Amino acid sequence: MKFSRIVLIVGILFFAFGTFWQAVAPWLSLKKIPVKSLEDIAKDVPREFYMLAEDYPVEFNKYFGKADEKSFMVALKTGRDIYIADICWQCHSQCVRPVSREEIRFGRISYPSEYNNVMQLPQLLSTRRVGPDLIRESGVHSNDWHAAHFKDTRSVVPGTVMPSYAWFFDKDGHLNKKGLSVITYVQWLGSWTKPEKYVLQAVNTEAAKPESSESVKTEEVKPAVSESAKPEAAKPETGAAVKPEGGKP
Amino acid sequence: MKSEQDSIINYDLVYAHIVASIVLLAVVFLAGMLYSLQFLHLYPFPGIEFLSPGRVRTVHTNGAVYGFIVNGFTAALYWALPRLTGQRVMNEKYLGWFMFIALQGAVAATAIGILAGDSQAIPWGETPWYVDPFIVVWLLLALVQFTTPIYKLANKEPLYAANWYMIAGLVWIPMVYIMGNYVPVFFVPGIAGAAITGTWIHDAVGLYVTPIGWGLCYYFIPVILKKPVWSHALSLLGFWGLAFFYPLQGVHHYLWSPIPMYAQYAAVLSTIVLELAVVSVIVNFMMTLKGRAEALKESIPLRWIYVGIINYAITCFQCAIQVLLTTQKVIHYTDWVVGHAHLIMYGTFGFWIMGFISYLWPKVNHSETYSKALDEWAFWLLLLGMELMWVDLLAGGLIQGFTWWSLSPWMDSIRYSFPFWIGRTASGTLMSIGLCFYIYNFYKTGRKKTVSLIHAHEVGAGGGVR
Ligand code: HEC
Ligand code: HEM
Repeated sequence: MKFSRIVLIVGILFFAFGTFWQAVAPWLSLKKIPVKSLEDIAKDVPREFYMLAEDYPVEFNKYFGKADEKSFMVALKTGRDIYIADICWQCHSQCVRPVSREEIRFGRISYPSEYNNVMQLPQLLSTRRVGPDLIRESGVHSNDWHAAHFKDTRSVVPGTVMPSYAWFFDKDGHLNKKGLSVITYVQWLGSWTKPEKYVLQAVNTEAAKPESSESVKTEEVKPAVSESAKPEAAKPETGAAVKPEGGKP
Repeated sequence: MKSEQDSIINYDLVYAHIVASIVLLAVVFLAGMLYSLQFLHLYPFPGIEFLSPGRVRTVHTNGAVYGFIVNGFTAALYWALPRLTGQRVMNEKYLGWFMFIALQGAVAATAIGILAGDSQAIPWGETPWYVDPFIVVWLLLALVQFTTPIYKLANKEPLYAANWYMIAGLVWIPMVYIMGNYVPVFFVPGIAGAAITGTWIHDAVGLYVTPIGWGLCYYFIPVILKKPVWSHALSLLGFWGLAFFYPLQGVHHYLWSPIPMYAQYAAVLSTIVLELAVVSVIVNFMMTLKGRAEALKESIPLRWIYVGIINYAITCFQCAIQVLLTTQKVIHYTDWVVGHAHLIMYGTFGFWIMGFISYLWPKVNHSETYSKALDEWAFWLLLLGMELMWVDLLAGGLIQGFTWWSLSPWMDSIRYSFPFWIGRTASGTLMSIGLCFYIYNFYKTGRKKTVSLIHAHEVGAGGGVR
């Protein structure tokens, strides 16, 4: 009896030590970083959300009303919940590792503080990638691309194994609340690492209206390059060049 | 003819858990095959929300653990523990049957909850929040139910190694389950949550499935071979190695993530060191077989168990390599890991359960195996399918990893994986055919009793209930 009691106690102690080192210690190390609430997140509404309201005004108005911080919070939360309910996370990771050239493929390497928010409760790092990582997904594709992709993945990316999500659309084939929310969610992922997006956009708009001689040049260049070169120029870090070519129908 | 030992076993409970385990294994196979069709563009139910492929995958993984493995282990525990200790479990008539029904209810609720979209994003913790408390209660009841005979015996004599493993597994799992299914879901977000999740994923395998599986092998192998385990000292070494190094490796599921490096280094190191403990157990089992290897020809249960042990050796060797931070650069996130998961969950623990069931099923039915030939076919088909699937997924995983690293377009990795996904479905088909043979044989063996040995059953099983 005595011996088996010792077994029990020592076993529990070992278990406690292991759990401390693997689970509690990382938590203590990271506790300094404040946890962002949904309200904190909504202070930075990505521009794709406003664009969503412009792209799909009828649907957006029906389900969310006006595009503002409040409706963003609702859409983001719903989108995250669908991401979990449809178990997208078994096919998509949310973590850019500092190895295997992932920073070239996806963008900035993941860092702890970007995960300290309620949208990562439970965390969605995941351990399997059938499709690409999504933590830098914001702005990689347009809202329309996502809508078409969710509706019929293989017509947008031939040969893909991602399922189509018919229930993101209502009977007439328009995006419903689920669809709009999921797009909001994927367009939010990583938007906080891409402030350069806004800067470059400003530069581009200025470049569009310089003096006459220059404007001729840009105009000449535009038709040839705009479609393929623009995404690259807009996001030098995300390595848009290595995105699947099928992505642009 | 009943020995005194048999009268303290409740045959009906063993019977019921075995049936549940096999039925749920068939469900697991079905879900796995279905999901693998998604990768071949052949998924038969596109556009049905309830059968969204991701949800089917989750039913597959959860069914494997909570349905097949827990039921199989519980059946084997109801048999092995009374025989090991000479004592009854705490209560069969009420607690035993309540636990049986509760477990099947929890599994069904989990599957339906996942399909309805109520899952939680924790690997193997996808059980919806409203099922979690019941599972915790179930695990606590199992703890009471199965440690009672050990406790009674411990007052009289020293324990077998098998009992230690069982106690350890039964004590650890409720704590681990509570940690994994509540803390990262409701309290700790982000990277710290990932560390806790990793610890849970690994502990579920390492602190429940592994010790109970080892413990049961330490019972069944000597019993089938009718000779003692080779070395008691090695079985102790294995136990302490497991207890010390297993809880330390959770973070190895998230290597190269932003989790603090001290946790990652500890996980890598302890994973490698754990191989020593595992090797000690494998050596012990193998040396027990020494001089009796011809028994493998006769006894299919023994063959299941030993093939499982060989698969275990392979997986663990593989594990020590794949955990290195260098290897992780390539294989993390790929099908390699899926191949590894299948070899350990089915190729090892699953095969052990198949072995236990092959051994127990004729006994609880007081009959003979219906057809030896069918049994052989089932064995070889399942074995062949399993090993093919493993090789296939490892190769596919390497190709995916290197394709990503080479910065080729993402779709290239999908295109290159295609042959391997066909291979997976093909080997899954082989396994499914094998399982059909197994189940047919199983069914026929069960039917035999009602014809010829109904009397013996009444005496035996009835005695158990009373
Ligand atoms: C069976 C695995 C699988 C599931 C489940 C899955 N995806 Fe995908 N996903 C893929 C694959 C493969 C690709 C890459 C090819 C493509 O774009 O279709 C992809 C691509 C994507 C992309 C485009 C990424 C990029 O940068 O080009 C997004 C966004 C996406 N998935 C979101 C989702 C969401 C949201 C869900 C859940 C509702 C989901 N996926 C479920 C496999 C999956
Ligand atoms: C017919 C046989 C089977 C087939 C076709 C099959 C297929 C699959 C597929 C397609 C996946 C998903 C892989 C991915 O995400 O890329 C998977 C995952 C998994 N399967 Fe199976 N499976 C089979 C049998 C089993 C059995 C019998 C078990 C356990 C007892 C099992 C345990 C698992 C586990 C644990 C995972 C998760 C792997 C991970 O996340 O790393 N499978 N299976």
